[in-house]
Amino acid sequence: MAILEVKGIKKNFGQTEVLKGIGFSVEKGEVVAIIGSSGSGKTTLLRCLNFLEFADEGTISVNGEVLYDGASERQAKKKLKNSDKQLRRKRLHFGLVFQSFNLFPHKSVMDNLLLAPTLQFKKEVRQAKRAERAAKAKLKKAKTEEEKQAIELELKEKTSLDYSCLAEIKEKAAATLERVGLLDKKNSYPCELSGGQQQRVAIARALIMNPDILCFDEPTSALDPELTGEVLKVIRELKNTDTTMIVVTHEMEFAEDVADKVIFMANGVIEEEGNPEEVFKRPKSEKTKSFLASRKNV
Amino acid sequence: MSFIEVTKQLLSGFGTTCLLFILTILFALPLGLIICFGSTTRFKPLRYVTRAFVWIIRGTPLMLQLFVVFYVPGMLFDSPIFATLENGRFIAALIAFVINYACYFSEIFRGGIESISKGQYEAAAVLGMSKGQTFFHVVLPQVIKRIIPPMSNEIITLVKDTSLARVISVIDIIFAAETILSLKALMWPLFYAGAFYLVFNGVLTLLFGYVERKLNYYKV
Repeated sequence: MAILEVKGIKKNFGQTEVLKGIGFSVEKGEVVAIIGSSGSGKTTLLRCLNFLEFADEGTISVNGEVLYDGASERQAKKKLKNSDKQLRRKRLHFGLVFQSFNLFPHKSVMDNLLLAPTLQFKKEVRQAKRAERAAKAKLKKAKTEEEKQAIELELKEKTSLDYSCLAEIKEKAAATLERVGLLDKKNSYPCELSGGQQQRVAIARALIMNPDILCFDEPTSALDPELTGEVLKVIRELKNTDTTMIVVTHEMEFAEDVADKVIFMANGVIEEEGNPEEVFKRPKSEKTKSFLASRKNV
Repeated sequence: MSFIEVTKQLLSGFGTTCLLFILTILFALPLGLIICFGSTTRFKPLRYVTRAFVWIIRGTPLMLQLFVVFYVPGMLFDSPIFATLENGRFIAALIAFVINYACYFSEIFRGGIESISKGQYEAAAVLGMSKGQTFFHVVLPQVIKRIIPPMSNEIITLVKDTSLARVISVIDIIFAAETILSLKALMWPLFYAGAFYLVFNGVLTLLFGYVERKLNYYKV
């Protein structure tokens, strides 16, 4: 069964039809590259998947569960928009890496990763902290050595249990940073990093939420050519660990090399889709041909 | 009248000035944030009402507002509550200052909040953060850094504006100096009072400089 199933997505901005019925599916562990010229609706499509925009029509299903149904949404009059909690749960199926990174500038690299998961487990974390504080206060009051030892033992057991959640998150954050090769920068602030490093942090930040599908919105378009490589390398490595990804990109060689499936979009419709071989070497549509030709001349 | 006697009298007035200043900051900052939410809400009627209110408060003299707060309740309910209460005059002045400064602060907050890029909200949204979490953990910390310079400006103005409270007979430091002037025909305590303001604002300037440097650990 496909992990992601998109059917008939339509989206208008005022009078402009941006998406005119997009449908495709993604298998687990598959990497899909979406290519096309500017204004073809690639970014809007990704934003609809992440519920930053709401499609007027069409359905989005993940693992067989219909997350979004444009027609019923319209009937229910923006119901989805209003139920904040539900919306958040649905968003967590997807991760999104932005063109402009959008790291939190006031937080260190580590805290950028930790913020969302700690807020998510806020309750557990608060309980753990409270338990530790209480035990420490008791420790101060303890008179005999025996009493102290007993409390210390209890503290160890209890906090190891309560803290496991927080510790788990921290461990995972460190492991994720390691994966993108930035563990040594964990205490730096985003402003101290290069663009490529910032984008790798952004990827790690998206990964830590365990999304079913990780989306990239032109992840290298804001980067110097020499920094593009390090970001693409990370995406390549993610492919090896069976991460399902949708990558909107202008890097044709990368798309050809990494993608399992390529989707070419033009004027809000999928003009052509298939494996990279077919799309790049033997394009059927005239539009695809002229797009690829214009790319080669650059 | 000796220098020490004058200092004592001025200090008692300065205590009132400081209290008025501190309490105004304490109440006006959160109220300013609330007014800011009102003037940026998507609910149009509330937005228009709030903006009209801010327009009136910012568009009329603070001295007039002091009179309104002090006298109008008495005229409406036929009993001068602020004049009869023990600290009534001080409370009336505090209310007027809090409302007035909250409106100025709200505009500073609005400018700060609107300067945060949409990308920050979107990044928080796709990470599953709620609106409240986004505001308090992502937006507000960045807003605070950005609004320190205009805030310090406004707060220093507030120190000096507290002297307006004497129009409803709140005995602040200027009022104390004026009393000495009229009773003992001494001019210099008035200028001496000015030195109090100068020192107070000097300390505030240093404090804001310190906070600004503290928040300089990151750039945007």
